Amino acid sequence: MRIQKIKENLSAWWFLLIIIVLAVIVFLIKPTALMPSLTFFWNIILKIIPVFVLIFVLMVLVNLFIKSDWIVKYLGKSAGIKGWLFSIVGGILSAGPIYMWYPLLNELQKKGARNGYVAAFLYNRAIKIPLLPLFIYYFGLLFVIVLTFVMIIASVFQGIIVEKVLEVWK
Amino acid sequence: MAKEKARPNLKQATIKAARALYKSLPILLGVIVLISLANALIPKSFYTLLFSKIPLLDSFIGSTIGSILAGNPMTSYILGGEMLQQGVSLIAVTAFLVAWVTVGIVQFPAEAMLLGKRFAIVRNVSAFVLAIIVALLTVFIVNLI
Repeated sequence: MRIQKIKENLSAWWFLLIIIVLAVIVFLIKPTALMPSLTFFWNIILKIIPVFVLIFVLMVLVNLFIKSDWIVKYLGKSAGIKGWLFSIVGGILSAGPIYMWYPLLNELQKKGARNGYVAAFLYNRAIKIPLLPLFIYYFGLLFVIVLTFVMIIASVFQGIIVEKVLEVWK
Repeated sequence: MAKEKARPNLKQATIKAARALYKSLPILLGVIVLISLANALIPKSFYTLLFSKIPLLDSFIGSTIGSILAGNPMTSYILGGEMLQQGVSLIAVTAFLVAWVTVGIVQFPAEAMLLGKRFAIVRNVSAFVLAIIVALLTVFIVNLI
C-alpha cells in the first residue's frame, strides 16, 4: 500500500519533469514564447496563492470536523436532492481555478461523497458570480440568465450520467 | 462493523491537509506550465479562422476549441465576444464558453491522478457532448423569449 502511494507520488513528479522538458524544448525552438509564458505563469501563481491558502484551511477543517458519516449523509448515496443542492451551491461559490479543488474533492471522495455530486460540483464551477457583470456586458442579461439556468440543470444530468457510466464501467 | 476512528487533532489535521496538497503540487504546477505555454503559443485571432458557417458543426468546433483551451473564464468571455463580432454563430460561441469551463484536456492528467482515471474520462467526454446540447438549448430558449 505504502509502496503504491510512493509510486503514485513519483509519477506526479515525473509528470512535472516531462512538462518542464517539453517547455524547455518549446522555448529552444521559439525563444520569443519564453517571456509571455513566464509572465503568464507568474500571474497565475500570484492569483492562486490566496485560493491555495483557502483550500488548505478548508481541508484542515474537513479533516478536523467532518466525519465520514456526515459526508455520507449529505453527499453520499442516500443524500438525494440535498446532495445535488450542496454540489450546485458549492460549485457556484467555489473560487479559483478548477484544478485547485481536485485535492479537496479527492478527500471528500475518500470519505464517501458520490461521484455524481463531485461531477455536478465541477460543472457548476462554470458559473462565477463575481464574473457575471463582465459576462452580461459581452452577451446580455437574458443570455446569461438562460445559460446559467440550463447549466445548473445540465450539471445534475452530468452527475447522473457520470454515476451510471461508472457503475457499468467497473 | 469497525469502530470509527477518533477525530484527529489540529496538528494531525494540518499535516494530513499539507500532505494531500504536497502530493498534488507537481500535477498542479505541470498544468499551470501547460496553460502558460498554450497561452503564449496560440494567437487569439487563430480561433475565429477555424469555424464554418454550419451551426451544428460550429457548435462541435466551438466545444472542441473550448475543451483544448483552459484558463480564467474571463478570457473565454473576451474571446467569445471577439468571435461573435467576427460573425461566428451564437451556438458555436456558447458551446465554446461552456466547454472552456467544463472540459479540461490540459487539466486532464491532474483530474485523472487525483479523482480517478475513469471518472475523469467519463466526466470530460460527457461535458464535451453536454456543451453542444447546452449551447443548442440556450440559444433556442433565448430566441423563443
